[in-house]
Amino acid sequence: MSLLPYFDVGLALLIVGVAVWIIAARDLFASVVSYVAYGLLLAFVWIRLYAPDVALTEAAVGGGVTGVLLITAGKRLGALKSIAPEAQPGLGFKLRIGVLAALVAAALGAVMIMLPDPPPSLAPQAAAAAAGAGAGLGNPITAVLISYRSFDTMLEKIVLILAVLAVWSVGSDKAWGNTPAPFRQSKPYAPMVFLAQMLAPIGALIGLHIFWVGADAPGGAFQGGALLAAMWMVAMMARLVEPPRVDARWLRLALIAGPAVFLIVGLAGEFVAGAFFAYPPGIAKPIILIIEAFMLLSITASLPMLVAGPPIERSEK
Amino acid sequence: MTPSVLAGLVGAALVGLGLYGLIIHPHPLRKLLAFNLIGSGVFLVFGIIARRGAAAGFAFDPVPQALVITGIVVAFAASAVAVALILRLAAVAGSVTLDPEAWTRPKGEDAR
Repeated sequence: MSLLPYFDVGLALLIVGVAVWIIAARDLFASVVSYVAYGLLLAFVWIRLYAPDVALTEAAVGGGVTGVLLITAGKRLGALKSIAPEAQPGLGFKLRIGVLAALVAAALGAVMIMLPDPPPSLAPQAAAAAAGAGAGLGNPITAVLISYRSFDTMLEKIVLILAVLAVWSVGSDKAWGNTPAPFRQSKPYAPMVFLAQMLAPIGALIGLHIFWVGADAPGGAFQGGALLAAMWMVAMMARLVEPPRVDARWLRLALIAGPAVFLIVGLAGEFVAGAFFAYPPGIAKPIILIIEAFMLLSITASLPMLVAGPPIERSEK
Repeated sequence: MTPSVLAGLVGAALVGLGLYGLIIHPHPLRKLLAFNLIGSGVFLVFGIIARRGAAAGFAFDPVPQALVITGIVVAFAASAVAVALILRLAAVAGSVTLDPEAWTRPKGEDAR
């Protein structure tokens, strides 16, 4: 046999070890940093589960963008002088919660071992969707996302817009319409600028490639969009570009472009193809690519806005 | 033990760890990290279901995998809103405690 079983066991131990450290670390920042490593390790597990699409998403969104969000938050909280001393719970309480958590984990683990046989599967329906409405798509995940579960995917984009609105609304009233706080308060230093100038064009190209091949190979609007968003954030961290004003018209148009185009195509399907969110056979693939292109735009716009946070008052800076 | 069962057990352990951290840690950002651990544990459990549902010529069931992709993005959006709320609480109150009595305690360190 190969070395793969050892790899699996080692990976599993490593992930659980990092997870224990996330919970047990005394320092808030150490915990946050290990969460980023944890997201990247998780991507390996997804590859081992034959889920390269999920692995790409986990690495880009779960590890990368969430990591930037949490590290930025950790730094902003750490800069705060007067953090109230936290009352640590007592040992007895910890013990009881430990037993409870272990019971929950054991029950879930038992379920994992005793899963029903033969396993239920929606794969035949997904295959039918890939062969029918999503004709010409070689990647079954994209077929499921855009064709079989198209309405859910459209609503998910609306969730992203609602989250951006919620983040913006948290800012103070006087700051409305201003720009979010810059990613770095200090002046940019040369290595960061150099990295951004080198990395951002290459990363943007890779992001567009991942989006483009997403129709037939692992990839798609989510993964490509997350990468493009990350490159925009790298440029903002190097202060090559500043975060846009939240009342900028182009930003708002970019945010709603994805769901809007998706909804228009879905409604048009009612008249052209006979059902809501049905695509006319024959030109399904170009239509799906157009929808994905606009979703890419919306994802690229919304993820950095979620990380950047609410707009701030000018004087606060 | 197949890789999928192993990953399922890891998912179960992550849910347990996350639940423990969510209850134990007083700091809201630590609670958010723990909650994300629970989330990724649930995604892993769902990944096993996708892997076991291999049929129709696929090595996996694409529907749960697509759901997990949606779930990761939505979990990120929810985390971003939570971070914004925590930072706003810190900016307004000057502290990040969730203890409701911290405001009324007579000799509180940071009571205003």
